[in-house]
Amino acid sequence: MQESAEFGELRRAHRSFAFPLTVGFISWYLLYVLLSIYADDFMGTKLFGNFNVAFVLGLAQFLTTFLIAWWYERHSSAELDPKAEAIKSRMEGGA
Amino acid sequence: MSPAITQVQLAQTQFAQTHLAAGEASEHRPLIISLFAVFVVATLVITVWAGRQTKDAADFYAGGRQFSAFQNGLAVSGDYMSAASFLGIAGAIALFGYDGFLYSIGFLVAWLVALLLVAEPLRNSGRYTMGDVLAYRMRQRPVRTAAGTSTIVVSIFYLLAQMAGAGVLVSLLLGITSDAGKVGIVALVGVLMIVYVTIGGMKGTTWVQMVKAVLLIGGTLLITFLVLLKFDFNVSDLLGSAAKNSGQGSAFLEPGLKYGLTTTSSIDFISLGIALVLGTAGLPHILIRFYTVPNAKAARKSVNWAIGIIGGFYLMTIALGFGAAALISKQEIVESNPAGNTAAPLLALHLGGVDSAWGAILLATISAVAFATILAVVAGLTLASSSSFAHDIYANVIKKGQATEKEEINAARYATIGIGVVSIGLGALARDLNVAGLVALAFAVAASANLPTILYSLFWKRFTTQGALWSIYGGLVTAVGLVLFSPVVSGKATSMFPDVDFHWFPLENPGIISIPVGFLLGFVGTLLSKEKADAGKYAELEVRSLTGTGAH
Repeated sequence: MQESAEFGELRRAHRSFAFPLTVGFISWYLLYVLLSIYADDFMGTKLFGNFNVAFVLGLAQFLTTFLIAWWYERHSSAELDPKAEAIKSRMEGGA
Repeated sequence: MSPAITQVQLAQTQFAQTHLAAGEASEHRPLIISLFAVFVVATLVITVWAGRQTKDAADFYAGGRQFSAFQNGLAVSGDYMSAASFLGIAGAIALFGYDGFLYSIGFLVAWLVALLLVAEPLRNSGRYTMGDVLAYRMRQRPVRTAAGTSTIVVSIFYLLAQMAGAGVLVSLLLGITSDAGKVGIVALVGVLMIVYVTIGGMKGTTWVQMVKAVLLIGGTLLITFLVLLKFDFNVSDLLGSAAKNSGQGSAFLEPGLKYGLTTTSSIDFISLGIALVLGTAGLPHILIRFYTVPNAKAARKSVNWAIGIIGGFYLMTIALGFGAAALISKQEIVESNPAGNTAAPLLALHLGGVDSAWGAILLATISAVAFATILAVVAGLTLASSSSFAHDIYANVIKKGQATEKEEINAARYATIGIGVVSIGLGALARDLNVAGLVALAFAVAASANLPTILYSLFWKRFTTQGALWSIYGGLVTAVGLVLFSPVVSGKATSMFPDVDFHWFPLENPGIISIPVGFLLGFVGTLLSKEKADAGKYAELEVRSLTGTGAH
């Protein structure tokens, strides 16, 4: 089964989504950490009211975390679950 | 932000001498004790009820796998939001402004690693412990021994911090200052946790986590609402007042306030940031939660609930921390606890009105919530380590897979008592220690020893037993060893042993070295292996982890 085209497609659908996204959010988080350390003038720039760049970027980290979680859930329900279900029921039915 | 804040401040939460107790708290002692007692009695009733429904090993280890995604999401949040999150972050923000808030972000973003890479495959391919997944396609005995060892080491470090913290926090809030009294409180927490886990197993512990999560979120929502009410729901005004009242002006809202950013402290902060973001997905007490739901889809949805709940909670720490900074004088916060750890209870008192009944009630409520938080986290950690001992080490290594379910569960119960007694002992001894390194170390060890092996096992075909062993032991020894020779343990006024100096490693957090070492050793160990990876087993694991075929 592991070598079948059907499974290969499921694996690709998972990896091609999860791996780049993981690299993406870790880089974005590290960028934020590095900015906090090395770019304090930039981070201290006031944007509106008492909100500065640092604060807005911090809140943006929350936002992207929520968005990625939501996006992955949508991808999984639409792309991964049906494929996984099909393979599972066939294997367990056949066995 | 400086590592000095992150580590000392948050983890040390409970350690500095605090004076809240002396004045306000002792008058409110009957009320605080009653609320504690209500929580303890209620959770014991739940535990006994859950214990009667615990019949087989799947009940004991995995709560019968019948919890819904939402229930488990709540329980995961309960397990994750420890006293360091609640009291520590609020305190760090109250004293150092923006720097405290940075911490919340690492704790939250870390969940994406668990969501995207770990939760579903782990649920599909394991049974009760982290070791199940690591040993799946390897030689069982050596890998399970390694997995059990690192599970217990990570949990004990985390546990020790919570135990000692519980003793100090509770004794402060209750106004108990004698040594005997503090040791008594630590012992009480230890006995409660043994009762929760031995009687209630995973079912009881999961319900306790859910109750605690609801209380914590409820208490935090209430305080957040009251703070925002004071500022007419204008967050910008809240920040402005906090900056003004802190005496720091706009610097209070910018990174890097408290400590001069030297090269060492910058690298240390990066190190901590990496450990945080990679540690969560390797924490055994979090990972075993995924076994309490029926399938991988439910595991994924429970992580999503947890991200929502934990994210919401960390957003509210902004109101808690900046609220305390805006409404209470810095002097009062520091006098109560130099590390700011009592800022949240103090804020509750001020919101209700000092010397008013309402203030007393709020203070007692928030204190009871903090106590519930610690108890629940402690129970989760104990369960993770005793499960791993019984299932990985006793059943599969000592008994070579020949133990009956009953013997295995009994072993877990005895292990719980053993771990409980050890942590009562260590907690009582460690109550004056700087546990800063302990919590950070738990994250760093988890990221160095557990995460590389989990990821390689799931995604790298050629990974071998030798690679797994090198990675687990190498990551473990490097992380623990570097901390031993860091300023956390010796050489500084804030060290565990301030009077001696044998430190040569400059950073407080070993993550930036030990995590790459863990990954590298797994890689090199595999390349240098004489034996080849078992391709058939990997094929089986891969299909199972992605589809759930044959999952327990």
